[in-house]
Amino acid sequence: MSTAVAQKRGLGAVIWDYLTTVDHKKIAHLYLVSGGLFFLIGGLEAMIIRIQLMKPDNDFISAGLYNEMITMHGTTMIFLAAMPLIFAIMNAVVPLQIGARDVAFPFLNSLGFWLFLFGGLMLNVSWFTGGAPDAGWTNYAPLSTTSPGHGVDYYVMGLQISGAGTLIGGINFLVTIVNMRAPGMTYMRMPLFTWSVFVTSTLILFAFPALTVGLFLMMFDRMFGSAFFDVGLGGNAIIWEHLFWIFGHPEVYILILPLFGAFSDIFSTFSKKRLFGYSAMVFATVLIGFLGFMVWAHHMFTVGMGPIANSIFAVATMAIAVPTGIKIFNWLFTMWGGQIRMTAAMLWSIAFIPSFTIGGMTGVMLAAAAADFQYHDTYFVVGHFHYVIVGGVAFGLFASLHYWWPKMFGKVLNEKLGKLAFWPFFIGFHLTFFIQHFLGLMGMPRRYWVFLEGQGLATGNLISTIGAFFMAIGTIIFLINVVYTSVKEKKVSGDPWEHGRTLEWSIPSPPPHYNFVQTPLVRGLDPLWVEKMDGKEGMTPAEPLGDIHMPNASILPFTISLGTFIAGFGFIYQVDDPIWLVAVFAGMGLTLGSMLTRSLKDDLGHHIHKEELEEDIKKGVGK
Amino acid sequence: MSSEDVLNPKRMPHDPEKATLEGRNKFLGFWFFLGGETVLFASLFGTYLALNGSTQGENTPEHLFGLELVFIMTMLLLTSSLTSVYAMYHMKNHDFKKMQMWLGITVVLGLGFLGMEIYEFYHYIHEYGFTFRSSAFGSAFYTLVGFHGGHVLFGLSWIVALMLRNQKRGLNLYNAPKFYIASLYWHFIDVVWVFIFTVVYLMGKVG
Ligand code: HEM
Ligand SMILES: [Cu+2]
Repeated sequence: MSTAVAQKRGLGAVIWDYLTTVDHKKIAHLYLVSGGLFFLIGGLEAMIIRIQLMKPDNDFISAGLYNEMITMHGTTMIFLAAMPLIFAIMNAVVPLQIGARDVAFPFLNSLGFWLFLFGGLMLNVSWFTGGAPDAGWTNYAPLSTTSPGHGVDYYVMGLQISGAGTLIGGINFLVTIVNMRAPGMTYMRMPLFTWSVFVTSTLILFAFPALTVGLFLMMFDRMFGSAFFDVGLGGNAIIWEHLFWIFGHPEVYILILPLFGAFSDIFSTFSKKRLFGYSAMVFATVLIGFLGFMVWAHHMFTVGMGPIANSIFAVATMAIAVPTGIKIFNWLFTMWGGQIRMTAAMLWSIAFIPSFTIGGMTGVMLAAAAADFQYHDTYFVVGHFHYVIVGGVAFGLFASLHYWWPKMFGKVLNEKLGKLAFWPFFIGFHLTFFIQHFLGLMGMPRRYWVFLEGQGLATGNLISTIGAFFMAIGTIIFLINVVYTSVKEKKVSGDPWEHGRTLEWSIPSPPPHYNFVQTPLVRGLDPLWVEKMDGKEGMTPAEPLGDIHMPNASILPFTISLGTFIAGFGFIYQVDDPIWLVAVFAGMGLTLGSMLTRSLKDDLGHHIHKEELEEDIKKGVGK
Repeated sequence: MSSEDVLNPKRMPHDPEKATLEGRNKFLGFWFFLGGETVLFASLFGTYLALNGSTQGENTPEHLFGLELVFIMTMLLLTSSLTSVYAMYHMKNHDFKKMQMWLGITVVLGLGFLGMEIYEFYHYIHEYGFTFRSSAFGSAFYTLVGFHGGHVLFGLSWIVALMLRNQKRGLNLYNAPKFYIASLYWHFIDVVWVFIFTVVYLMGKVG
């Protein structure tokens, strides 16, 4: 039924389809487009920052606007660009890699997306309503609690809403990976990407609630007159720092681990070799996830926790370098002796290794608590985290997009343009951020609006700004490539890289909406490769052809999220005028009413009948 | 499994909440959710402990809290946890009527708890002038205990909604997981209260 309707549709129908879809592949598209847009906005903010810092004493933008720029750049890039882009890949790939027809909670999957989107919109509306948040992405109290206007309120409500979406997404992927694996797909046969999503989801589950609480306290202080961070009434501003970093440090691993997994799959595919040290890789991933919770206070060495606490956190932090090192060497050994193919995906992945390793090295330098008193809040830290986040997360996203683009859209991104985008971005990245380490060591503090003449900082900053323009050029070429590919390139088969090893390459590109006509039987690590080595064309089915049960579309996730969005404005503005409480009640009413509807209205899903599947097989879907 | 089997199973299995894949997913997902909730309350407890002494010299815990009321509240909530266990016991024996009855008792006990909590807050505010805004301790107290109270309210509404929705059609494989996870939620609320009773009230009185 649904497939027939889906054939010819107007724009209205397409929009309605995306508003109500619970299909993980379409939700991946939604995450990709909105995450991509926020990435461009965040990039624009970065360019404005770099233009302001191009020369000494510049006044390209005002000091206040500069504070808003740096705050929104960091917040946007972490929460609204990197996270959703990672969720895009997770959604597109994980169910396919484990041989499932959808995630465990398709409805919640859609809810997670809409919450994220409305949270992101909320944050960015602040630009037009009197000023964006301006207390840094870390939003330390009392700077944040005393920041005038409503900017920080938008930060609080926007992150609260989108954070709820992320938490829901994390739980969803945990259950999906535990319960929805195809027969034979044991834990130790899961592709590394799926493994890392599993660990990442655990981190999301245990890290995000700390942020939730921090944001609630901040909200109460700013909007309802409580005194958590108000020293005058006995409050304690350090509580915010602890809650923020108990969330914040796991968050940086939430960002990098999925891409560690993606790199593992990419290295193995394009080296035509099994991943070196698979079980060590799994172990290292789990260990990084575990240690990630023990080190938050390395962001607070200068707060005054005392030498004992500082030493413990310093040692724990340095320990993370060990499992990270295991991974670096395993990637190198995977390529060692392999038949390496230098695709664009591989190029980004290989560039990641030295770039990220530099970031890990400066990380260990920062972890030396005594030395950190010098580095802290200087450009050295800015250099460090951009090496790990851009050199790791951004490179990883580009690599993943190249690698899985054909699976998502049925076309391989143009390789020539792909490589053309890589070089300016790669060179620009090192130009921008390498020099920042030295600027930091020379004493340039982060987050300052201007630096002065005669401090020896001019040349370094100019180089950094030039690098940023190279990165912008690389990004633009990538975007051109997306357009070019969708117009010019040809449709490809299910296994466009020819050496596909994992289950997603055993089905068409893009897959039918039920993914697998018959659930595959997994007979080993790299299941498709196992079959290929046995001379088979594709996977052996684990079940006879039969009706497939699929979830129903629903508009409720959208209305639940819209309600929180409306209530968010109510909370922000009721401080000025209690009439806004109407918006709080209307919004919460919409949210809770939609939730109630969801709970009480039966939704048993629908079946795709065997006859329809046979039709599809005739058209070539089966293999 | 066809939709017909889910709504009108020919034979109810022993664990109706875990008989379908959807049920098993809900079961596991809800446990994970409770893991997240644990971190949420742990953060609130941490904040409370950090601000415990920040009373600005008035309205200290020793001075405010009366253990009699809190003891009765504790008994009410603990008993309601037990009655919800009975409800689930009858669910597993497919006795819908008895399940509804025990859930009803659970709700009454929960309402009793909530009523007393509202009275308690009212009392602090009007007798002692101890509010959310009077000190960091006040903020921390009302936030921690209030978050728990909000959970109680949500849990009660949820259970009542499920009871009303299903009272005509009885138990099936579609609603059994819903009842089951609502009861899990109720237990969790109870466990959190045990910690609040200990950390906030007992330690407040002693400390
Ligand atoms: C070997 C691994 C790593 C170590 C030892 C390490 C250590 C540190 C330390 C000690 C700081 C605090 C510096 C200061 O503020 O004075 C820091 C900051 C930071 N690190 Fe790392 N790090 C590592 C890996 C990563 C990774 C993988 C990411 C992200 C993907 C990351 C992201 C960040 C961010 C965002 C900050 C700065 C936050 C801020 O103050 O705005 N780090 N790192
Ligand atoms: Cu950290």
